[in-house]
Amino acid sequence: MSQSPDAWPLWEVFVRSKNGLAHKHSGSLHAPDAETALKSARDVYTRRSEGVSIWVIPSSAVVASSPDEREPLFAPSDDKPYRHPTFYDIPDEVGHM
Amino acid sequence: MGEEISLDHRFQAYVDADNKVEPKDWMPEKYRKTMIRQISQHAHSEVVGMLPEANWITRAPSLRSKLILLAKVQDEGGHGLYLYSAAETLGISREELLDDLLAGRAKYSSIFNYPTLNWADMGAVGWLVDGAAIANQVMLCRTSYGPYARAMVRICKEESFHQRQGYEIMMHLAAGTPDQKAMAQDALNRWWWPSLMMFGPPDDQSPNTAQSMAWRIKRKTNDELRQEFVDKTVPQVEFLGLNVPDSHLKWNDAREHYDFGPIDWEEFFQIIAGNGPCNKERLAARQKAHDDGMWVREAALAHAKKRAAASASNALKTSAA
Repeated sequence: MSQSPDAWPLWEVFVRSKNGLAHKHSGSLHAPDAETALKSARDVYTRRSEGVSIWVIPSSAVVASSPDEREPLFAPSDDKPYRHPTFYDIPDEVGHM
Repeated sequence: MGEEISLDHRFQAYVDADNKVEPKDWMPEKYRKTMIRQISQHAHSEVVGMLPEANWITRAPSLRSKLILLAKVQDEGGHGLYLYSAAETLGISREELLDDLLAGRAKYSSIFNYPTLNWADMGAVGWLVDGAAIANQVMLCRTSYGPYARAMVRICKEESFHQRQGYEIMMHLAAGTPDQKAMAQDALNRWWWPSLMMFGPPDDQSPNTAQSMAWRIKRKTNDELRQEFVDKTVPQVEFLGLNVPDSHLKWNDAREHYDFGPIDWEEFFQIIAGNGPCNKERLAARQKAHDDGMWVREAALAHAKKRAAASASNALKTSAA
């Protein structure tokens, strides 16, 4: 289960497919340092012009919410339908709003 | 114990509703083990699968075909990497995965233990072997484990070129001289049955199928996938003007499927047990690549550590100044 200290660290790879769009998570890879991670990310995740920009981030730097917290974190927004436009009845005569 | 059962029930209801399981979600230990086994076997198959084709890179008949074969083999290395990463999300390290392969504890697809004897095999492998793999992988795009499903989507997108380039090689040979056409037929004869075996043992002899279907890891059984593959491939054989090496092959109007002859499962189980024509050669090649690459892995890590230490000490000097 454990990774030896001699193993290359894990990096998360984010690729921007074209300018105007956000970087999106593509996957991960092992590399000894950031520079190599970037080069490997290019080879592993952009062999078919999938991107114009890559971010690599040490996986150990990612802070994630826990699945156990899903309820308390996200349930409160379920009972606030008034945050959605469809909550309000506007007559058709008013036109698009 | 009671809580464990209710967690199991909740998990089953969750996957029954077609929800995806993500790495940090609770999952039954057996689900985790099954996923690790399946994804790592798949990763190993991609990596070992590079070997039969690498055999022909330096002997490709044209620069065009050499570039294509290089790109295909590079894809397979990439696919192995996506899959190892997906397996690692389940809490196993890359080193453990590779150790299991090299020690012979982990399996990879039986097909890669057959030799690639001539250029026609590059056609047959791309067309039939990648074709069979794609049939399986298209199904796995909807598998219940999120990281595996996402890797499959990428792989499927990339792999359809693999099958088409293989078929193109077969088309050229089949339309060539009588000798070339005979080469194409010979390759089809040798690869047909092993390709059908790729889908695994028949459903009534496949111990994991029922559980994998229940957990929605697999969405179709081995026999269903095999039948789909035969139905789809026979017209492709006919288009080439070649013959399927199966005297029992016949369209069945009532079933609306092709009937086909019995598969030699003894051959399959022998290969799985390590007694195929190339098992030893394949593992030896992996072991050699692993050993030969060791100094590179060590040097890259030492270099990274040295540079990190240098930049830390520079930062210290700057802040002191």
